[in-house]
Amino acid sequence: MSLLTVEGLTVALPPGAERPHAITDITLQVDRGEILCVVGESGSGKSITANAVMGLLPKALPRQAGRILLEGQELTGLGPEALRRLRGDRMAMIFQEPMTALNPLMRVGDQIAEVLEVHGAGARARDRVPELLAAVNLPDPGSLARAHPFRLSGGQRQRVMIAMALALEPALLIADEPTTALDVTTQMQILRLVREIQTRRGMGVMFITHDFGVVAEIADRVVVMQHGRIVEQGAADEVLNRPQHPYTRALIAAVPHGAPQARAAMATPVVLAAQGVAKTYRRGGWFGPRATVRAVHDADFVLRRGETLGLVGESGSGKSTLARCVVDLVKPEAGRMLFHGQDLRPLSRAARKPFRQRIQMVFQDPFASLNPRRRVGEIIAEGPITHGTPRAAALARARDLLALVQLDPGAMDRYPHEFSGGQRQRIGIARALAMEPELLIADEPVSALDVSVQAQVLKLLADIRGRLGLTMLFITHDLRVAAQVCDRVAVMQQGAIVEQGPTDQVFGAPRHPYTRQLLDSIPGRGWTPPDLQDPQA
Amino acid sequence: MSDFWRRYARNKGAVVGLVILILVALIAATAPLIFPGSPWDMAGAPFLPPGEMGMLLGSDSLGRDVAAGIAHGARVSLLVGAVSTVAALAVGVTLGAIAGYLGGLADDLVMRFTEFFQTIPSFVLAILLVAIFTPTLSSVVFAIAIVSWPPVARVVRAEFLSLRSREFVQAAEVLGKSRLAIVVTDILPNALSPIIVLASLMVATAILLESALSFLGLGDPNLMSWGFLIGSGRSVIRIAWWMSVFPGIAIFLTVLALNLVGEGLSDALNPRLARTRGGKA
Repeated sequence: MSLLTVEGLTVALPPGAERPHAITDITLQVDRGEILCVVGESGSGKSITANAVMGLLPKALPRQAGRILLEGQELTGLGPEALRRLRGDRMAMIFQEPMTALNPLMRVGDQIAEVLEVHGAGARARDRVPELLAAVNLPDPGSLARAHPFRLSGGQRQRVMIAMALALEPALLIADEPTTALDVTTQMQILRLVREIQTRRGMGVMFITHDFGVVAEIADRVVVMQHGRIVEQGAADEVLNRPQHPYTRALIAAVPHGAPQARAAMATPVVLAAQGVAKTYRRGGWFGPRATVRAVHDADFVLRRGETLGLVGESGSGKSTLARCVVDLVKPEAGRMLFHGQDLRPLSRAARKPFRQRIQMVFQDPFASLNPRRRVGEIIAEGPITHGTPRAAALARARDLLALVQLDPGAMDRYPHEFSGGQRQRIGIARALAMEPELLIADEPVSALDVSVQAQVLKLLADIRGRLGLTMLFITHDLRVAAQVCDRVAVMQQGAIVEQGPTDQVFGAPRHPYTRQLLDSIPGRGWTPPDLQDPQA
Repeated sequence: MSDFWRRYARNKGAVVGLVILILVALIAATAPLIFPGSPWDMAGAPFLPPGEMGMLLGSDSLGRDVAAGIAHGARVSLLVGAVSTVAALAVGVTLGAIAGYLGGLADDLVMRFTEFFQTIPSFVLAILLVAIFTPTLSSVVFAIAIVSWPPVARVVRAEFLSLRSREFVQAAEVLGKSRLAIVVTDILPNALSPIIVLASLMVATAILLESALSFLGLGDPNLMSWGFLIGSGRSVIRIAWWMSVFPGIAIFLTVLALNLVGEGLSDALNPRLARTRGGKA
């Protein structure tokens, strides 16, 4: 008997949604002692499936058909009280966002003890807390239990969440994208932890993710979902290396392939050189001590014409701050930012304006980077208009650019909210290209996108770069993307560039320990996506 | 646009408010037609109760028609409400935009200036200003505008502070747009919703302020207004209740209507908020 059996589960969407059902006819099993990965892009219904099992569906999404059995017990039709007793005790869930999943006003230990008390552990609850914290490899459990959540890092909070979920030794653990909000090195630690605990206790784990690297890292079996349906399921090895369904094949083909090619060193003129740029953030003042954060220091680099330099690092490493120093969105307090030999840093707003045309930027979040109240055509054309191009000519050029980024010219008169994330990112790219820049700064341009869309945008960027001879500064936290896109990479840690060089050298023979650690943390490093030349594609 | 009306119409109170407001505006617009002649002229015997001698709402101590006074007073009240709100918005939005967009020292200066106005009780300041500048329509409007811009400045500053760091504003910055262009075309349109809602409530407050000033005899002596009507009826309220009650109802209904409209606008402009409220009901 399987631990969890879901049979023919169908959940309706409210009327007026883009499809009638959030999930349709879902049938899957989780056995004891296995990790089942549910993979799919955003909107594929994978989280709805997990929430349905936990009995956490919102009222607007009623279950229409199907059965859910946990250890042979029917969950569908159970009252809220009966379900509540099962939750935590027999099945537990960890969520994506560890920053908001803990009560900020309660000490960590109290929150874990609460789980035990709710399920009747009584006075002994508190004694078990240090043991649970130790089980998720948190250092110094005694003092950590007395800390408030704000003192903990994202990874530590996620460990606390896992400790809470494991407190009652549930038979089934559901993990909904538990590592998506975390840095790669932390992600790897959490993945290992889940794997280790699962083996130690023989739990069944349903692990929801959008990342095939994560799947390759921990899955025993895989379920692939698209538009609320299961399109393929099977053993991890089968699905990853011999995918059958076209959608699975497309997804796997879209995973950035980690192998960096050796590229000839460029001997072209230097476009941009950062020398001794430093930015320090200060907090506090007046009363109490001032906290200072050195966001960027010791981060010299040069960028030659036609090459792509990748800035890689984890969140808080200063890579975005450094990029923003180039375009003056952040004002560094020291150093020189030389563009064709001219220092940009001391320039006034007016003196900088001519350079604006030559240095452009693509932003990370396609939903925040376009003004929601303006039409797409105006968004693209406004840069050239600002720099003196007649309005009609700028709009005509915007039309051409839409074609260049593979969007319909009809998009001109529509508003940004009518487009998907990938389309919006194309609009953002078109806006940058409208200025005919020499240097393009791409700040995590694909990290907010689904993997298949990500592949399209990366391809578009590579295509445009080749066609227009662009020089690019490419910021990313995803080393697989960096390996695919960049000629050279610079690895940043705590505001400093710790290693830089040609991509194949840095990735093939890393010298700095931090680079090595980063590379070891790429999920699914042991798995090379098969070469899928789809006849249809 | 139709979508906007659908969301607005979901709030029944807001629709009622809008209807009342349109009625008041109609009465104000047609006052010279319904009640030709000056509302200051004697129209019959003094202290006539409502309904007698063709006077729907009775007459006052000098035989003037209360209904005519209310209709003509509506013109003054709405005019003062609208003009002083526009003036207050102009000052508040400008200062708030400067403080929120520039930040730093400019922000500190503007906000301390704003706080300076906020620490003075607004009604006392309004009385003082009108008393200094002699009561005329323009001095009343000026006084009301001076005391009502600080909240606008604070709201606009808060909006600008959060919008300023959004990526689309940074993108505009990278494109090399001028500060003024960024403020006018990128930030302001996105900050408009709370400003509109606030403005509708400010009109209501301005009408109340004007009435209070007129009640104290600090209104324009040449213009009939609701506050004046209540003020003049105050001393004879035991023998002629209608002199104060009907103008009072007029103020009450108009202010209520404006508040309802403001709430409806806020629902219609913040769809997410409206949905959660709808869910509760």
